[in-house]
Amino acid sequence: MSEESNIDIYRRRFLSGTASAAAGLAVAPGVMLTEVANARPADQAVTSEVRWGMLIDTNKCDNGCNDCVSACNEEHNLGGFDRPGTDAQWIRTVTLKDKQTGNVQSLPLLCQHCEHPPCVDVCPTGASFKREDGIVLVDKHICIGCRYCMMACPYKARSFVHEKLQDQMPYSPRGKGTVESCTFCVHRVDEGITPACVEACTAEDHNAMTFGDMNDPDSEISQQLERYSSRQIRADLDLNTGVRYRGI
Amino acid sequence: MTNYSFITLILGLLLGAGAPVMAGDAAADENSGSFYIPEAQRRFSDAQGCVEPTDEMRINHMEYILDQRDVTVHEGIRTKQYSLVECINCHVSDAPDAPRYESEEHFCNSCHTYASVSIDCFQCHADRPLKSSGYQHRSSINNGHAHTSADAAEVTREQPQVMANEGTGNE
Amino acid sequence: MKQQEFKEISGGKPFYMVLGFFGLFVLAALGSAWYMEHNGHWVTGMNNQIVWGMPHVFAVFLIVAASGALNVASISSVFQKTAYKPLARLSGLLAIALLVGGLAVLVLDLGRPDRLIVAMTYYNFKSIFAWNIILYTGFMVVVGIYLWMMMERKMNRFTKVAGFSAFIWRLILTTGTGSIFGFLVARSAYDTAIMAPMFIVMSFSFGLAIFILVLMGLYNWSDRPLGDSILFKLKNLLGVFVGSVLYFVLAYHLTNLYITRDHGVEEFILLNGGIYTSLFWIVQVGLGSLVPLALLYGPSTGQSRGWIGIASLLVIIGGLAQMYVIIIGGQAFPMEMFPGKEVSSAFYDGVVGSYTPSLPEIILGIGGVAIALAATFVGVRVLRFLPSSLADEAVDPHYPAREAEATA
Ligand code: SF4
Ligand code: SF4
Repeated sequence: MSEESNIDIYRRRFLSGTASAAAGLAVAPGVMLTEVANARPADQAVTSEVRWGMLIDTNKCDNGCNDCVSACNEEHNLGGFDRPGTDAQWIRTVTLKDKQTGNVQSLPLLCQHCEHPPCVDVCPTGASFKREDGIVLVDKHICIGCRYCMMACPYKARSFVHEKLQDQMPYSPRGKGTVESCTFCVHRVDEGITPACVEACTAEDHNAMTFGDMNDPDSEISQQLERYSSRQIRADLDLNTGVRYRGI
Repeated sequence: MTNYSFITLILGLLLGAGAPVMAGDAAADENSGSFYIPEAQRRFSDAQGCVEPTDEMRINHMEYILDQRDVTVHEGIRTKQYSLVECINCHVSDAPDAPRYESEEHFCNSCHTYASVSIDCFQCHADRPLKSSGYQHRSSINNGHAHTSADAAEVTREQPQVMANEGTGNE
Repeated sequence: MKQQEFKEISGGKPFYMVLGFFGLFVLAALGSAWYMEHNGHWVTGMNNQIVWGMPHVFAVFLIVAASGALNVASISSVFQKTAYKPLARLSGLLAIALLVGGLAVLVLDLGRPDRLIVAMTYYNFKSIFAWNIILYTGFMVVVGIYLWMMMERKMNRFTKVAGFSAFIWRLILTTGTGSIFGFLVARSAYDTAIMAPMFIVMSFSFGLAIFILVLMGLYNWSDRPLGDSILFKLKNLLGVFVGSVLYFVLAYHLTNLYITRDHGVEEFILLNGGIYTSLFWIVQVGLGSLVPLALLYGPSTGQSRGWIGIASLLVIIGGLAQMYVIIIGGQAFPMEMFPGKEVSSAFYDGVVGSYTPSLPEIILGIGGVAIALAATFVGVRVLRFLPSSLADEAVDPHYPAREAEATA
């Protein structure tokens, strides 16, 4: 194909939404979140009909497994500067040892995408906000870097960008002087694909993470949540988190 | 330098940012050599270079990008026509040595330097298309998000999106 | 009694030398801010665990002290204590200056100080922080009007109303500042309602201590008489405030001790928190409260200006230590997410956060103090803030009736 005609195809697709039927055959091999026909069109706003959530079965987390963390670091290019105190961590594995029984387990901790997020309540400019579909994000265009949200988050889920960055992922802008945290890979979710950590966990056959729409009774996450007992971390704060855990 | 561009330069200096740096007639002598604007990598269509007529984009591109930015961040609307990522994909080379924003060879900065406009977009946003930075997207949508290249294999990446649009279209 | 006469301090070389001296500190602070901003915050001691550091200690201290510095004026206008009336103008000026200094530090420490305009145009009305921005701006306006009412003879009759508004405003303001911490449910050290009233009493004490020092400094420098009667009144008041702060600190820790969940953080601050424990007991409680109390009420030291000055200075140092313990100690204590478990991770979960203040942070903080002092100094130079004499006979507390008449 000539360059010109390709551009035309591309243009037709993103402007008019019509494409050749053949194009439909080449579905990307990711984990699709919804039946493709039900996916939200790119030009429509997210709604509160959907609430994205994640269920983590800690029984399936091997101690020392870091697959979800590396997937996240790679997806968002959170390379870091070898300064653990100031390097960003959107998801981390936490090791728990029971003081009484000595039982040891490990689990991933990330932004819990609270329904009532304290970070959003305290943010002076409204840079921290919750999307209609429950994903909590920082609008870095208006974040002033006051770090009040970091003071307020009960999960230490947020990182401040302490130095100048380059070569960010185009779909994951991040920069010095603003605060950031796990986005639930919103750029992927908007395309109907699961977050990078979930994908990695599944690809490595751990299957500890389930991602989906908690408002849809038929989704896998809703069914699992209904069937098994699960917990929110710091449930006492009544934040109704979007991330739930089994086995803690 | 013509009187006209000098005045716009001063205006630009005074207003710092967002000044309509070049009105139509100044744009007309774009090839007169007063400064250098890199060629775009691709054309939007046969008829038209950019997503809006060039003169319009020169004056108002920031408005389009700004509107898009708010709906994308807050409402998850990811149409591509006015997305900054797409600007970069078209206007900056994906060669490993493609100029960065700091360089006057960079498409955005070629004009911003000339007009003394300072922006902070690229403190956070990638100033080059995905491929050139040497990192490879490992995810299942294996060639990255919204990177539209003229190369046929890559166009298929638009599939999920296209199908989504089609899906509603049929309902 | 004769009308109090207010006069600018004299200018000239000595004035500019003092101003230049403050200016150096301000410049150094701007340099530090630029350095932190240019490199990113990793060059400071702050990190992802201790997100608020030395700049915040100074900024919150100055903001709290600002509202307290207004005390003297409130006492004169709201509570009709005429003896304090000559000091009311300075009190208002100092309040604004301290607030400006504190806010400057806060703003210069932001990750994106260049977005100050964003902070002022985008408001999240649920945020205590955003409310504080309004409260701070309002405070300056209200106190400004109050000063105008006091200084413009035609407006004098509104002084009382203006003074009352300023008084209410600053109570709200300090409540707001205290609530910045009080609303942080996530952290056991902060999540308590007593934070707000405690900040109010702290403001009384810190503000007055600074006021006394500035007053003594200015009168000394400008060679104007400052009588014992007014000074002793102020120092007795300071003693009361220092005692009240101590009382609130006691109440705060007792409440926390009563709540089992908070035992961890209490043990940390009171017993085994290392630097925080030492700062609490030695500097905040010892040097910053008990010693000044002894000095202020001691039969001989209480009559000596030198010792009153030292006591005020100690109160300020103790106050900074208290802020340090509250702000940094409160963050250093690990958050309790998994009760009954020992937690560890690559993100410092379960361990005490480490923080070493860096030089630029400290210079930035001191710069805030310098801004406040410089602004006060310029203020008393260009406008009539200072009575030309505060000698005992000029202050004359025995004729309150006539004084009240003159203002009514
Ligand atoms: S976990 Fe923290 S950052 Fe995430 S939504 Fe809740 S409060 Fe905000
Ligand atoms: S750091 Fe940014 S996101 Fe966090 S509270 Fe401040 S302005 Fe909001």
